Amino acid sequence: MAILSLLSSSSRTRLSGLREPLRQAGLSALLTRGAPPPLHPHAPTTEFSSPGGHRPPPLDWASVGSRTISSHVGTSLTQYGSRNHALTLHKRFYQTLRPQHPYCGPRASIATSEAHHSVNDPSEVQRRAFGSAAKSIQRNPAYSVLNSDDVSYFKSILGDNGVIQDKDRVAVANVDWMGKYKGASQLLLLPKSTNEVSKVLAYCDSRRLAVVPQGGNTGLVGGSVPVHDEVIVNLGGMDKIISFDNVNGILTCEAGCVLENLSTFVENEGFIMPLDLGAKGSCQIGGNISTNAGGLRFIRYGSLHGNVLGLEVVLANGTVLDMLTTLRKDNTGYDLKHLFVGSEGSLGIVTKVSILTPAKLPSTNVAFLSCNDYMSCQKLLLAARRGLGEIISAFEFMDRQCIDLAMAHLEGVHNPLPLSPYKFYVLIETTGSDESYDKAKLEAFLLRSMEDGLVADGVIAQDISQASNFWRIREGISEASVKVGAVYKYDLSIPVEKLYDIVEEMRSRLGDMAEVLGYGHLGDGNLHLNILSSKYSDNILAQIEPFVYEWTAGHRGSISAEHGLGQMKAEKIHYSKSPEAVQLMASIKKLVDPNSILNPYKVLPQSAL
Amino acid sequence: MKILVAVKRVVDYAVKVRVRPDRTAVDTASVKMSMNPFCEIAVEEALRLREAGAAAEVIAATVGPAQAADTLRTALAMGADRAVHVLHDPDPARPLLPLAVAKVLRALALQENPGLVILGKQAIDDDCNQTGQMLAALLNWPQGTFASKVIIDKDKQKATVEREVDGGTETICLDLPAVITTDLRLNQPRYATLPNIMKAKSKVIKKVTPSELNVDIRSDMEVVQVDEPPKRKAGVILSSVDELIDKLKNEARVL
Repeated sequence: MAILSLLSSSSRTRLSGLREPLRQAGLSALLTRGAPPPLHPHAPTTEFSSPGGHRPPPLDWASVGSRTISSHVGTSLTQYGSRNHALTLHKRFYQTLRPQHPYCGPRASIATSEAHHSVNDPSEVQRRAFGSAAKSIQRNPAYSVLNSDDVSYFKSILGDNGVIQDKDRVAVANVDWMGKYKGASQLLLLPKSTNEVSKVLAYCDSRRLAVVPQGGNTGLVGGSVPVHDEVIVNLGGMDKIISFDNVNGILTCEAGCVLENLSTFVENEGFIMPLDLGAKGSCQIGGNISTNAGGLRFIRYGSLHGNVLGLEVVLANGTVLDMLTTLRKDNTGYDLKHLFVGSEGSLGIVTKVSILTPAKLPSTNVAFLSCNDYMSCQKLLLAARRGLGEIISAFEFMDRQCIDLAMAHLEGVHNPLPLSPYKFYVLIETTGSDESYDKAKLEAFLLRSMEDGLVADGVIAQDISQASNFWRIREGISEASVKVGAVYKYDLSIPVEKLYDIVEEMRSRLGDMAEVLGYGHLGDGNLHLNILSSKYSDNILAQIEPFVYEWTAGHRGSISAEHGLGQMKAEKIHYSKSPEAVQLMASIKKLVDPNSILNPYKVLPQSAL
Repeated sequence: MKILVAVKRVVDYAVKVRVRPDRTAVDTASVKMSMNPFCEIAVEEALRLREAGAAAEVIAATVGPAQAADTLRTALAMGADRAVHVLHDPDPARPLLPLAVAKVLRALALQENPGLVILGKQAIDDDCNQTGQMLAALLNWPQGTFASKVIIDKDKQKATVEREVDGGTETICLDLPAVITTDLRLNQPRYATLPNIMKAKSKVIKKVTPSELNVDIRSDMEVVQVDEPPKRKAGVILSSVDELIDKLKNEARVL
């Protein structure tokens, strides 16, 4: 059995033409049984026959039955990390399937927690080893179990092509991008219109069948995969762009549109998407909105709460809530769309989106700098806000360990500052309307910073491919960290002065047990703390949690800056929100989804519901 | 020994190029312009030769409008010692052609007396792949084109060049002074570091005009029209072998 991973070269632009056919190929792999997606002749592929040396011990394939995953996951040509932008076509996509647990024997229609956590299954032991420090979630017996009548009904609504029971394809949809969370769903639905979504949800509500809305499945907190046997409703088939107002830059599209495709489309019209993240090759706009994704352009264009003008949402009982306005200003009543932005699919399924797109500015400059210590990074941020002001469009930082990791594990990257022994690196991007003015401004700012001792060394990209290389490094850190073996990811909002302290604390706590990386959107006060080890272990987890959450809460930070709560932090909300607030959230959930069928076991703690 | 490197300002290779609505030229109005990638490799090679001690000075030169000075600044920021900017702002219907550039570079070479002239093998906007060869002929100097490796022997005043040819790699030995054009695999160009950018501010860019060099670069060619290639038609998905045979017979008429 081959685990196919698709690696792309670092060029942001070169593979733009390949993205769509590959994505289509991946999508058609999902839709057509068995046929692997045709590989584009230019896409370099590497086939691994077994997990690499650093990965958790491979399953004993001999003892495991003959059913293995044959569909190659072209669908999640995932880019992970974060980044940008008008440099248009940067892609990096990478997907490695961790060894999937093949389902042997006849399928029982009930996946009980016992069967799920079978002791004999090494991958379950692996997963259990990760999850055992966290409470294992019991399946709520109030939910019905899927039966063949249900399947027939779905087939009558969605057609045979829209109802997937094929074990391999359902198995793929059951696992998240990191391979950390795996559900036991037996049914994958692919609606093609809001009407279909509405009928499906109405039925599930009446039958009390739990549902997981799924988009690109690139989330990092297990929010897009089932916990038990919830029915997966994947919106990837709803990928039409409905309209584009090219005077005001207002895009209306369906929720299943892949972010990168939307980017390409609006860039053709002279606009850009207000958000950009490493996962753009696979993530869908509906998911971005449901998770209030942040990303690399946040510092310039702000949050989706500000950029989303309207939504069309289907509620749990099938009601279609049409709030799809394209007006910039509309103060009539309560602004309900904000409830759904960031609700992680627990209040409704987003089916259509209208979003404001900023104008594409012609001049982009990227600089890659090294700093001696974290204090310089902070001062540089402050200086950049003053010295670069209106043209700054990204300010990212990473530590030396991140660079080393990226160099070691990513293909086609080279270190822009190879002789630099410094401990911190900063990536600054500016976007403006006048190329020479911006470049002069950036150069002057950087030279001044160098004289002031804030910047130790740095390079400025002279053309788009150099800039792509810098971004590849920053966006590739997440991808590289997955390659080491086990990664514990934390996404924290912390006051900027204290941001790096947690990284150093974790280093002293973990010592040789694991490697700690700190990087993130310094401009937004958002740290991505990654702890890497060759395999998951309770020891390591015990050192990390709940210390990280308590530390963050102690500094009045957020335990989830942009990734959301999902499964991973469902019981942790009290670290960042007051009990009264959580109570009100639970009331809203009960009001909008009384049978609690939408994305259960996630976001809010069980005790509140 | 001096090394003269010629660089060209072109549309950045990552940009999706479009034709102007009036179909007279490619749209360069608000697209990002950068140094030609092969010219970057040429500059890098010149710098490496200087660092290895084979040369004393690297001079960057370009022929183009006022904005082409940016490209020279990039070359200086990479580490070139000084630059020459031959000002020429052609009207789009009569663009600058390789023969004209070769004549200008010849004039510069006769002035500067470099031991080596390094150019990129071709520019990514016109893909001519002519300038280096024409320059060598005008100067009557040997040429090593599509270089993937360059070794200079200062004492013997020879250059050994490995060339990428269709059949593989050809190694030739040239007497200096010579013209070399660079291919992709020659090296990986360095980034412009801040300290070098700072130093570059004090480096000299000499401005000259073609008439000062006694070169006539009037273009013999006039661009009449520029069109995009015809859009690829979508393929047709057939449902059976019979249909395929039918189409091959009746529509494509190849059977």
